[in-house]
Amino acid sequence: MKNQPIMQATERHLKNHSGIGQVIRNTLTMAYRGLLKIKRTPEQLFDVTLQPIIFTLMFTYIFGGAISGNVQNYLPVIIPGILVQTVITTSIVTGVQLREDMDKGVFDRFKSLPIARIAPLAGALLADTIRYTIASTLTFTMGYIMGYRPEGGLGNVILAGLIVIACAWAISWIFAFFGVISRNATSVQGISMIVLFPLTFLSNAFVPADTLPKVLQWFVKFNPISHLVTAVRELTNAGTVGWDLIISLVGAAVIVAIFAPITVRAYMRRT
Amino acid sequence: MSNEYRKIVEKADWAVEASGLVKTFGDNHAVDGVDLQVPTGSIYGVLGPNGAGKTTTIRMLATLLRPDAGSAKIFGYDVAKDPQIVRQLIGVTGQYASVDEALSATENLVIFSRLLGLSRQESKRKAEELLEEFGLTEAAKRPLKNFSGGMRRRLDLAASLIAQPPLIFLDEPTTGLDPRTRNQMWDTIRRLVKSGSTVLLTTQYLQEADELADRIAVIDHGRVVAEGTVDELKGSIGTSSLHLSIQHTQDMQDARRIVEQVLKVQSAASPEGGKITAPMAHADRVTDLLIALREQGIQLAELSVQKPTLDEVFLTITGEGVKEDKQEKEGIA
Ligand SMILES: Nc1ncnc2c1ncn2[C@@H]1O[C@H](COP(=O)(O)OP(=O)(O)O)[C@@H](O)[C@H]1O
Ligand SMILES: [Mg+2]
Repeated sequence: MKNQPIMQATERHLKNHSGIGQVIRNTLTMAYRGLLKIKRTPEQLFDVTLQPIIFTLMFTYIFGGAISGNVQNYLPVIIPGILVQTVITTSIVTGVQLREDMDKGVFDRFKSLPIARIAPLAGALLADTIRYTIASTLTFTMGYIMGYRPEGGLGNVILAGLIVIACAWAISWIFAFFGVISRNATSVQGISMIVLFPLTFLSNAFVPADTLPKVLQWFVKFNPISHLVTAVRELTNAGTVGWDLIISLVGAAVIVAIFAPITVRAYMRRT
Repeated sequence: MSNEYRKIVEKADWAVEASGLVKTFGDNHAVDGVDLQVPTGSIYGVLGPNGAGKTTTIRMLATLLRPDAGSAKIFGYDVAKDPQIVRQLIGVTGQYASVDEALSATENLVIFSRLLGLSRQESKRKAEELLEEFGLTEAAKRPLKNFSGGMRRRLDLAASLIAQPPLIFLDEPTTGLDPRTRNQMWDTIRRLVKSGSTVLLTTQYLQEADELADRIAVIDHGRVVAEGTVDELKGSIGTSSLHLSIQHTQDMQDARRIVEQVLKVQSAASPEGGKITAPMAHADRVTDLLIALREQGIQLAELSVQKPTLDEVFLTITGEGVKEDKQEKEGIA
């Protein structure tokens, strides 16, 4: 309150909308807040650290012999599969934590500030890409330790990682939506698992589609997760880009286009 | 442009203009037709017991909650039609601290400043300045988990002042604070108004409204039951009030009846029992009253004539005493 007088309402320059520049600035600030929170409580990164390590070891040694004859031949199949499965599962955590976060008083302040309405949500989801990055890096590292040498080269491996992260960010909008509309964090976890479990397991992530019964094959072929897994396999193992990649990216864009607006609307309506 | 400008200038006399605000939760009429007019540059007190609908009213005025009916304007801007403009004109300090527990005080203020469009440097400077003003510099780097209730409140208020908004909502700013911290908060609020802000505060404490507010709305069960300056409200129950203590509490009913008959006013019985308060318009009538009481054989323990307190105003208006809610207090402390 330094005795400088307050500018009265009539003297102010007031805007009724937030431009794209403000949307980006506000979102980045909210993402910065998300990163600070992760820095304060690093123990919340446990799951994202352990899951890729355990899953890579477990799946490779359990299914390796049966599906590809030996572990070495299975690695190029399973590592992209685990990568997609782990990173996408991690995006559930985003929905759960957003839900917990939103119950705190500070969200009232965000709502009362003249900021872009989407920023508190988009920022939180953006900050969580750090989780996806950790999960991706660990999965590839575990694969490397077990003898995986992707033929596509390091550049394509990084590119594949980035694509998976981008898709996981898109999918996290679905869980953010569940987070906003459901009553508590536990139910977010519940609903999200029910949606994601069939999607990740009824895909080509762990087994080739043609080993499955006809009905399942049909589902697996349409499953967007299968397209993403195939796209990652093509990139890492051959360095090629095909339709699957395009389908995955378009799919991700569609998810954001649908779920971002309805999530923001539901968020604004919550009291 | 000029037309719009004139419209705003005319209306800018009122910082808040609400009419017929309604909010229902299920079948609970939390706010049941509230009208408020807050003059620019004043401290306006909304006084009411716990559960009266104060928080719900503030949340609707602050664009946090959509009214079921009625309308509200902040400096002439409709909260439902131009919420984003309204948000540029208000600062909100909620009943429960709206700051980030996981972060430090500085980090909180820097993030809010950045969101409000300040640059990185400006944000740092603003945070330091506010922490200094609110005596939080020492604790700036510590996580809020270790903050006392009073410190959290001050940080919350500091956060509401970053953009130097012309209107500030304070929802029960001193509930749960010790007397010393409460006095500091009062000083801060007075300084705010000196620098040109309008403050709308809610309180359960009559003394607080008396101490700070220029005008007061008394609210009960979601309705404004009285409105005016402190003096007007006090005046509405008479220029002075009569306090009677009787010796035997079993005479209470009779005594009240006699008081009301003779003075021709409503009386109030204090919750402790044995005490009757009544507004007193004509001092002569007291003679009649004393004679009447003597005739009925009611013995007095004490008699005094006092200026009415807001407590009595409330008692007279709502017909019941103000119960302090323990739960409410614990929740904040
Ligand atoms: N989100 C809510 N859902 C249901 N009931 C609510 C909600 N918020 C407030 N209420 C109810 O509305 C009434 C008024 O509450 P409130 O505005 O918080 O009063 P005050 O702030 O004066 O103590 C209370 O009966 C309270 O239980
Ligand atoms: Mg309240």
